[in-house]
Amino acid sequence: MTLDDLASTSGEWLRGSGPESDIVISSRIRLARNLADFPFISRATDADRAEIERILHGRVESLRTAGKAPAESLYLKVSELPEVDRQFLVERQLISREHAQSEGARAVVVDPSERFSVMINEEDHLRIQVMHSGLALNEAWEQATKLDDMIEEQVTYAYNERLGYLTACPTNTGTGVRVSVMLHLPALAITRQIEKVFKSLHKINLAVRGLYGEGSQATGDFYQISNQVTLGQTEEELAKKVADVVPVLIDYERQARSFLIENSQETLHDRVSRAFGILRTAQTISSEETMHLLSSVRMGINLGLIGDLAIPTVNKLLIHTQPAHLQKLSGVELDQADRNIERATYLRRHLNGESKGNVSHN
Amino acid sequence: MKCQKCDRPATFHITDLVDGEPSELHLCEECAQSFLAPSQEEAQDVMPAMAGLLAQHLAVGETADELARLDQRACPVCGITFLQFRKQGRLGCPHDYVFFEKELEPLLMSIHDQTQHVGKVPKRCPHGADQQTQLIRLRREMKEAVSSEEYERASEIRDKIREIEAGFREAKGE
Repeated sequence: MTLDDLASTSGEWLRGSGPESDIVISSRIRLARNLADFPFISRATDADRAEIERILHGRVESLRTAGKAPAESLYLKVSELPEVDRQFLVERQLISREHAQSEGARAVVVDPSERFSVMINEEDHLRIQVMHSGLALNEAWEQATKLDDMIEEQVTYAYNERLGYLTACPTNTGTGVRVSVMLHLPALAITRQIEKVFKSLHKINLAVRGLYGEGSQATGDFYQISNQVTLGQTEEELAKKVADVVPVLIDYERQARSFLIENSQETLHDRVSRAFGILRTAQTISSEETMHLLSSVRMGINLGLIGDLAIPTVNKLLIHTQPAHLQKLSGVELDQADRNIERATYLRRHLNGESKGNVSHN
Repeated sequence: MKCQKCDRPATFHITDLVDGEPSELHLCEECAQSFLAPSQEEAQDVMPAMAGLLAQHLAVGETADELARLDQRACPVCGITFLQFRKQGRLGCPHDYVFFEKELEPLLMSIHDQTQHVGKVPKRCPHGADQQTQLIRLRREMKEAVSSEEYERASEIRDKIREIEAGFREAKGE
C-alpha cells in the first residue's frame, strides 16, 4: 500500500456509520509519549531527532516482523515528503499541521484502514492516535492503550511517579491523553446558540476547536470537543467526561433542528436546496464555500429534505475537495484558481450523476 | 453588504470568538481566506497563552531581581533556562519537571487543578527513569567536550554512556 492508494479511499473515521453518526462524525484518542533517554523536541539537536526517528523506525519494523503491527501499515518519512503529500496527510487528520510544517527528521506510521496513526517527532517524540467513526470513545481508548503497551515493550517512556507521563508541554503531562469527538452542529450555529454552548463547555474545562485542531476555525459547522485537563484523573474518567457531554450536545442540536423545521421550514428547505443547487452547478468554488454548503446539505439529508444522496458521500466530498486531495486525485499540481475550477468540476460530477438538472457542458 | 476590509461584496459571514465573546465579521472571499488561513501565531496559540499564565503566577511574590535570577537557572541535564521555557512554553527534557518543580507546581495546578497522576502506569519503569535522564546529560556533555577539544574527557564520558546502555541491554535480556 502507498500514500497514493489512500487518496482514492476515505478512511475509517469518514465512514459515516457508528452510533449517532448523523451528528457525531468521529471519536479520537491521542496519547503523548516521550523516550526517557532523549531531550524533548525543543532541545533535541538534528542528530537527536534523526536518532529518535531511526530507533522508533526500527521498533516499528520489529513489531511488524513479529506480526503485532499490521504488515501493510505505511511508514512515511514526513520530512522527505513533498509539500502536497504532507498537506494531504493533514487534511486526512493522520498528522497535525505542526507535524507537517516543523523541521528535522520526523515520520508517521499509518494504519491502512486509517484507524490509527503514530506521529514520530511531533511536539512529543510519539503521538499515538486512534480514530473511529461515530461515537465510540471506549473502543478508541481500548485500541490506543493496546498500541501504547505494544510500543512500550520496545522503549522506555519518560515517566515520573508523581506527574505521570512527562510531555514537552505541561498542558499534556500526566496521562498525556486527549479525548475528542468531532461534531456537526449546523442548527445550533443557525439558531445562534453555539456560543452559549461553547461558554458552558469552557466552564467545565472542555476545549472547542475547529476541524483541524489547534488554532483552526470551525469551518462548515464542524467542532472538536476535547478535555483540557490531563493530570489527576484516569484516562477512563477523562474519556467519560467528554462522552457524558456528547448526548447533551446531540440533544441540543436535535432540538434546534426541530425548532427550525417547525418555525421556518421554508427558509431551512430553501437554504438546503440552494446549497445543493450551487454545489451541483458552480463552475469555480473555494474550499471554504464548499465546506459551508456541504454542511447545509449534510443537515438537509439528515432531516429528509434531500432524498437521493448518502451521508458517506457527503463526508467523502468534504475531504476530497480539500486542496491537497484535489491535486492528488487529479494527479497534477494546481494553483488556487485552477483548484477552484477542478473542485467545482469534481462536485458536479459526483453530485449530478444520472439525475436531471445537470447543466454541465464539460 | 461590503467586505469590512476592502470594497468587494462580502460573501463570508464569520462568527469569531474574541475573549469568549462572539463577534461578527463580513468579508469577501479573498479577505476571508487570508483571515481563515492560520497565521504563525495562531498555529502556536497555546504557547503565548501558557507563557502568559506562567508570567501571572510568577508575578505573585517575585521581585524583578528574583525573577531575573530564576530566569537564569538552567537545567543541568538539557541546559534549558527558565527564561527559554517561559518564552517557548515547551520544556527541554524529562528532568525539567524535577529541576523546576517548585516553579512548575502553580502552573500545573492552574492547568489541571491537580498535581498527582492517577492514570496508567508504564510496566517498564513504573518508578521513573533516572538512569535514562543521566544519558541525556552525558550525551550533551560529551558533545560539549568534543567541541571544546577535551578529547580525554569526551572518551571518559563515552565509556560511562556505554556502561549505562550495556546495563539496559542486560536488563532487557538481550
